[in-house]
Amino acid sequence: MTFESVPGLVETRKEHDETTLVVDPARILAACRHLRNVEGFNFLSDLTPSDYLGWGSRGVAGYYGTDKGRDLNAPAGVGASVASQAFSRVPRTKPKRFSVSYHLLALRADPARVRVQVWIDEGEALESVISVWPTADWHEREAWDMMGIRFEGHPNLQRILMEDDWEGHPLRKDYPIGGEPVRFSGEE
Amino acid sequence: MAIVERPRIYEGTRIPSPIPTVLRTPEDLRENDDVLRVNFGPNHPSMHGVLRLIVDLSGERVVGTEAVIGYLHTGFEKTMEQKTWWKAITYPERIDYVGFQNDELVFVLAIEKLLELEIPQKAVWMRMLLCELNRIHSHLVFLGTGALELGAISMFWYCFRERDLVLDLFELVTGVRMHTRYFQTGGLAEDIPPGFYAECRTFVDWMPKAVDDYESLIGRQEIWLDRTQGIGLLSADDAIALGQSGPVLRASGVDWDLRKTQPYLAYDEVDFDVPVYPNGDVYDRYRVRIDEMRQSVRIVAQCLDRLEGMEGEPWIADDRKVVLPPRHELHTSMESLIHHFKIVTEGYRVPEGEVYVAIESPRGEKGCYVVSDGGPRPWRVKFRAPSFVALEATATCMSDALVADLIAIVGSLDSVMGDTDR
Repeated sequence: MTFESVPGLVETRKEHDETTLVVDPARILAACRHLRNVEGFNFLSDLTPSDYLGWGSRGVAGYYGTDKGRDLNAPAGVGASVASQAFSRVPRTKPKRFSVSYHLLALRADPARVRVQVWIDEGEALESVISVWPTADWHEREAWDMMGIRFEGHPNLQRILMEDDWEGHPLRKDYPIGGEPVRFSGEE
Repeated sequence: MAIVERPRIYEGTRIPSPIPTVLRTPEDLRENDDVLRVNFGPNHPSMHGVLRLIVDLSGERVVGTEAVIGYLHTGFEKTMEQKTWWKAITYPERIDYVGFQNDELVFVLAIEKLLELEIPQKAVWMRMLLCELNRIHSHLVFLGTGALELGAISMFWYCFRERDLVLDLFELVTGVRMHTRYFQTGGLAEDIPPGFYAECRTFVDWMPKAVDDYESLIGRQEIWLDRTQGIGLLSADDAIALGQSGPVLRASGVDWDLRKTQPYLAYDEVDFDVPVYPNGDVYDRYRVRIDEMRQSVRIVAQCLDRLEGMEGEPWIADDRKVVLPPRHELHTSMESLIHHFKIVTEGYRVPEGEVYVAIESPRGEKGCYVVSDGGPRPWRVKFRAPSFVALEATATCMSDALVADLIAIVGSLDSVMGDTDR
């Protein structure tokens, strides 16, 4: 299956037997509509935002060294000072901070899956795909609640998992872990 | 005798607009009629867990519905980002705490896909066996509690009798009744204990009779039919548009089961049928699950046949960078000790990449999207929760419902709130 006619297509990747279509965020709605109507992807499995803040930098899960590998002559404390990190490389850089992945499924006799991915920065919004797949309703609300991704045209973009008056978006990488004030405990 | 209205699947679509998950009270009703707003849940004896429904009632008729979720949100996905890969395996099974074994499977499969790790046949078949036992367990909980909510108390005792047999089997294999953490990256955590096959055979012989029991108890019972047939309708097109999967989708007449259409493990090597019913009502969802229990027993029996011929075969892949070395080697081999220490303290590294793995859990398509940056901890874990998606259909199923049917409809979608809220 080729996806050359998908509107706004930037790049097609194939990894682990999965096809990823990177799409221009401004044209996500047109791309999704095309994929449903022309390519037959009638089922939205999942919609996942990911935060890549600090990707490949120090102190996060994947820090090992420079992009050429570990520098053996670097003084301790700089670069890869942890000996076990060997010659691992820093991961490939990402174009922007957030990715939003739409996992589509063609529910028919010869099933197919595809991942549509868009890259956006803090403050950028995406068009809602509720008109294409109604199931996107809660998925988009969850993406807003957890990651702070705004979806334009969503009729009811409110928090879904957290309380209505919650501040911040918990799944972002800069959201602190712990340190939440505990209600009642030790309260006068 | 009550007149049983035969279920009719509707023409067109019933998905509310513009918000597909909210059934809005019509404007004229709200102004001219005596509409009563009832907060149903989050703590109510007949709710599965902490779901809250805001229901507008006009007399006995449901004219508006909105589901409010999030009361059980515990931030599993965020927590898993802080744990090493192998420690994170403990979490998924606590997300969907009824279909625990399937959740564990989907996460382990995702790690193995990133690692491109081959797992031994014995582990493949044992995983399948346990997942099918887990499916039976999950459907028993649905049937027992679902019937209990409609007043059929005895069903609860019968279902939980067999549920205990399943849990006994889990205890025999893993030492734990639920949340087993028996699937390890690369295979199984331990070999299958002696005596398991015999016990499991006894269960396989027993279970079909038990399913017959359930059917004779409520399958043709007048009250049960009255209260389940023709309510909570969902057409095939609406089910697909709303992302429904699993038994809910199959009860709407869509022949779709990931075990058949996109087989994982060794599901393409076993013989089983996919039950499909056309009416899209509560009764058909019950029928699908009853039939699936019989099919699961068939699969378990075939797994046992295979496993009995695999005595002495390895149950976990021989990859020392990922798999813990055998315990006895730690006393004699320096390398094993180092590997053990490194895997336990630092964790193994998973190559950079992103994968989405989907399996057929008891509730439908359970997906797991995992991003790795090449480090010992997952960068991002996201679960596609079938319960979360199932609750999106409440508004559509609830149009024209009576308040007495509300519980039956929500129950038939079989949401587990841990799975919904994660």
